[in-house]
Amino acid sequence: MKKTSVIFLVMTALLCSAYGQDDLLDMLDNMEEVRTEFTTATFKTTRVVNGHSVELPAPGVLQFIISHRFGRLNGGFYELFGLDQANIRFGFEYGVTPWLALGWGRSNIKKTYDGFFKLKLLRQKSGKENFPFTLDFFGGIAIDGLKFADPNRENLFSSRIAYTGQLLIARKFSERLSLQLSPSMVHRNLVPTIEAENDVFAIGVGGRFKLNGSLSINAEYFYILPGHTSDNFQDSFSIGVDLETGGHVFQLMLSNSRAMTENMFIAETTGKWGAGDIHFGFAINRVFTIKRR
Amino acid sequence: MKKKIVFLIVALMGLAQVYAQKYMTRNGHIWFYSHAPLEDIEAHNNQVSSIIDLSTGNVAFSLLMKAFQFEKALMQEHFNEKYVHSDKFPKATFKGKIVNLDGIDATKEGEYPAKVKGELSIHGVTKEVEVEGKITFKDGKMLVNATFPVAVADYDIKIPAVVADNIAKVVDVHVEMSYDPM
Repeated sequence: MKKTSVIFLVMTALLCSAYGQDDLLDMLDNMEEVRTEFTTATFKTTRVVNGHSVELPAPGVLQFIISHRFGRLNGGFYELFGLDQANIRFGFEYGVTPWLALGWGRSNIKKTYDGFFKLKLLRQKSGKENFPFTLDFFGGIAIDGLKFADPNRENLFSSRIAYTGQLLIARKFSERLSLQLSPSMVHRNLVPTIEAENDVFAIGVGGRFKLNGSLSINAEYFYILPGHTSDNFQDSFSIGVDLETGGHVFQLMLSNSRAMTENMFIAETTGKWGAGDIHFGFAINRVFTIKRR
Repeated sequence: MKKKIVFLIVALMGLAQVYAQKYMTRNGHIWFYSHAPLEDIEAHNNQVSSIIDLSTGNVAFSLLMKAFQFEKALMQEHFNEKYVHSDKFPKATFKGKIVNLDGIDATKEGEYPAKVKGELSIHGVTKEVEVEGKITFKDGKMLVNATFPVAVADYDIKIPAVVADNIAKVVDVHVEMSYDPM
């Protein structure tokens, strides 16, 4: 009997000491619930290099992008390595909701107007709930703004239009490394020859490697699936750096593509890296917070 | 005999209850304010958890850096990605002791000045700090208010020269907590 009472007392004493647990931080840790954490900043901007990344401007944020692509480096000193010919696109992108962005742009190549929407369908997350990647759908339209070559022919407005659909699948593997897969389809309403394909399928792979908080190296490759287009055009390959200052991101890149809209850089790239048909380009991204939180 | 033991246990447990004058919250509010020539930045965290044990004077705070909400999404991204590296150092914590515990009487409603000494950990760096604030007992709750400066360089948080005019070297941290007895 005495033994049991001693045991009881010891147990009670233990219980008391547990109550007076000393390390309160440990207590807080123990009480903490596991939360779901969504992966952010898979890429620094809405582009990998030429192509779209899974990033959307934050809701209420307007992003202004002014992009340049110069002529070919193999133009030599006479062309100042391409700097004598500048192609430009300026565009706006707006985050409507956390999962929807709308964009609009104008490029001097074929006087193209482009518009697009980007939908974030799935988000990479970890913690309580896990999901391995982020999935976006990109839908774009590009309208050739040049005057019709033969105004006397019956010309349809629809023949100016090309569409692009892309699935953007990206995973942030670590703080430094993110990779993206972008199965893409370009549909041209009108193509110049009978043999040319209206539909071009390509698979894009891209990624970024962060060197430090403000600097990352990005690369991107679009492989055109076999067909007339892949026989007559080149796969687009681009490599660049993203340099971030306060509210700006500067992108510098080298690419065998001159154009800045999907339908052209995916399906109409003619430059060959091996031959030195490399275009230097840069873009300046600026964000404006329209709606404050 | 058995009755006695049971009585003893109950009495001891009751004692433990009285002894453990712990207060707790999981949705405390901590915010910081950065005043710089080019812009003022503030960020709020409404998910701060904390325990204060008035029997020992022990104090603990814990918060997730990613839970700080900024006015601009880009600021928040930069804060987490470039400055405090929230993936690597997800939490900021404070562990300390109330120095003037004798002057605080939880049984009497009212406002008491409080001085807390302890270790503040941010961005993987721990520093000794001393903070003065006040503790208020009202309607069964314990309220804690304090403001103290944090020099970002002390915690190895590097601000690049290009944004030196946008971010203050010393930010004011405001603590506004409401605790319930545990």
